[in-house]
Amino acid sequence: MSIAISIKNLQKTYANGFEALKGISLEVRQGDFFALLGPNGAGKSTTIGVISTLINRTGGFVEVFGRNVDTHVYETKLDLGIVPQEVNFSLFERVGNVVITQAGYYGLNRKLAKERTEKYLRQLGLWEKRNDRSRTLSGGMKRRLMIARALVHEPRLLILDEPTAGVDIELRKSMWDFLTEINANGTTIILTTHYLEEAEQLCRNIAIIDNGEIVENTSMKHLLAALDSQVFVLDSRDAMSGPIDFSLEGVYANVVDEHSIEISVPAGISLNAVFAEINAKGINISSMRNKSNRLEQLFLSRLQRNVIEA
Amino acid sequence: MYGNHKLIAFETIVVKEIRRFARIWLQTLVPPAITIVLYFVIFGNLVGRRIGEMAGFQYMEFIVPGLIMMSVIQNSYSNVVSSFFSQKFQRSVEELLVSPVPNYVILSGFVVGGMARGLAVGVIVTSLSLMFADLRIAYPLVTVSVILLTSIVFSLAGFVNAVFANSFDDISIIPTFVLAPLIYLGGVFYSVELLSPFWQAVSALNPIFYMVNTFRYGFLGSSDVDIVWAFLILGLFSVVLYSGCIWLLRHGTGIRQ
Repeated sequence: MSIAISIKNLQKTYANGFEALKGISLEVRQGDFFALLGPNGAGKSTTIGVISTLINRTGGFVEVFGRNVDTHVYETKLDLGIVPQEVNFSLFERVGNVVITQAGYYGLNRKLAKERTEKYLRQLGLWEKRNDRSRTLSGGMKRRLMIARALVHEPRLLILDEPTAGVDIELRKSMWDFLTEINANGTTIILTTHYLEEAEQLCRNIAIIDNGEIVENTSMKHLLAALDSQVFVLDSRDAMSGPIDFSLEGVYANVVDEHSIEISVPAGISLNAVFAEINAKGINISSMRNKSNRLEQLFLSRLQRNVIEA
Repeated sequence: MYGNHKLIAFETIVVKEIRRFARIWLQTLVPPAITIVLYFVIFGNLVGRRIGEMAGFQYMEFIVPGLIMMSVIQNSYSNVVSSFFSQKFQRSVEELLVSPVPNYVILSGFVVGGMARGLAVGVIVTSLSLMFADLRIAYPLVTVSVILLTSIVFSLAGFVNAVFANSFDDISIIPTFVLAPLIYLGGVFYSVELLSPFWQAVSALNPIFYMVNTFRYGFLGSSDVDIVWAFLILGLFSVVLYSGCIWLLRHGTGIRQ
């Protein structure tokens, strides 16, 4: 499978001397759903800014579908769709015009621009709002409008910078479904997000960026397999007291209150075995949940390791 | 980008620009019309009657070309500076910057947008002037070409201002402190013959002086300046400003980090 985007030794130092990117290298395969994670100020948006040419890089180079962004400006930009973090359309334009205008910038004739505008506004649930001024849209609608705008020229690579930030959970799920569908139809997607659950649900490969450096770049499956243990919170209708010891190696329980316990289960230990022992102890479990998102644990551990190494 | 794609992109920018100033016509088209009517009534009619003739023409006839030119200059400039800066401010300019539209198409789109507003106001002002003076155009080709070139020059100048502007204050400084004095001292209301040789020499350094006088020549057939020289100055300004704007766009000055 060919490479959708290749970034080599990308560097960016801002005028105030801040080194936002310290020579990062990345490759994303065509058809991939790729997550770029990192804390605030890690360099995610700078990376996207450089790819989209909104930020001038200090060093390195970027290729989109094998073409250099400097020498093949037209082709590479045609292949890219960008959904930025902040709203960046004219708030005085009508919703439909925002998308039609963008289509015009990509050279789509009026008829095709109108067809595509209708197609994507309908898919994103904004068709009924097409004649409204864009400033009247809610936050979630504005984000969906930016997605429709980015897709109107049907790019092969879609880059979304925190597209679901501040969006309610129902809408977030519908946006996940939409993105999964367009990815299944062949569009390569790169996503930055603060919702680690989102990356875990959607993405097949992941890179973690911190302090302008890539600290992890692997498949989601591989990354999650590296988890040493998972912590579950178990609720019981019966009151529990005192320490609860497990004979299973590495399994520890901590009583949080009289109706809930936290159990740490190392990788390789079957949950069936854990539940068999819980059963044997006469504890009736009414519900169970992960204490924290699995990816979140890994994310924090990678960042912590990066700080220690630094 | 293919030729027809560039044409569609150019048309998109121009239509967007025209739609913008047409949507806010109360702010863009009406105020210059009111201002110019006041000039016609006060300076042309009331004061002009006492002045009598200027450079061999009725005072009203004399000031009409200058007032039309003044409107075109101000509106071409302010359309581009306010539109491009507000797109920078709202970050909607990023829509253009991430797209494959070449820099010269972006610049041409904004310049034609500026010209459209400048010329629209010029037509309104010219129509209003017909209520106050009998207009005749001695050299239509000169009149049209000088107004088009002037409109291009000031649209380009507005673009430069917008690129460097960081706040709304920055887009009003040049029109207020540079453009207005140059226009008023550019011979809109008087003939340079009235000035002492020293101030005539100072006036010769003012590029707007050449534009106003060449435009007046197109109407009245009489001018304080050499027409060929005036066209050379206009051409030079157009080329220098256009090249400067392209350079600014290529380097991303004020628009790319």
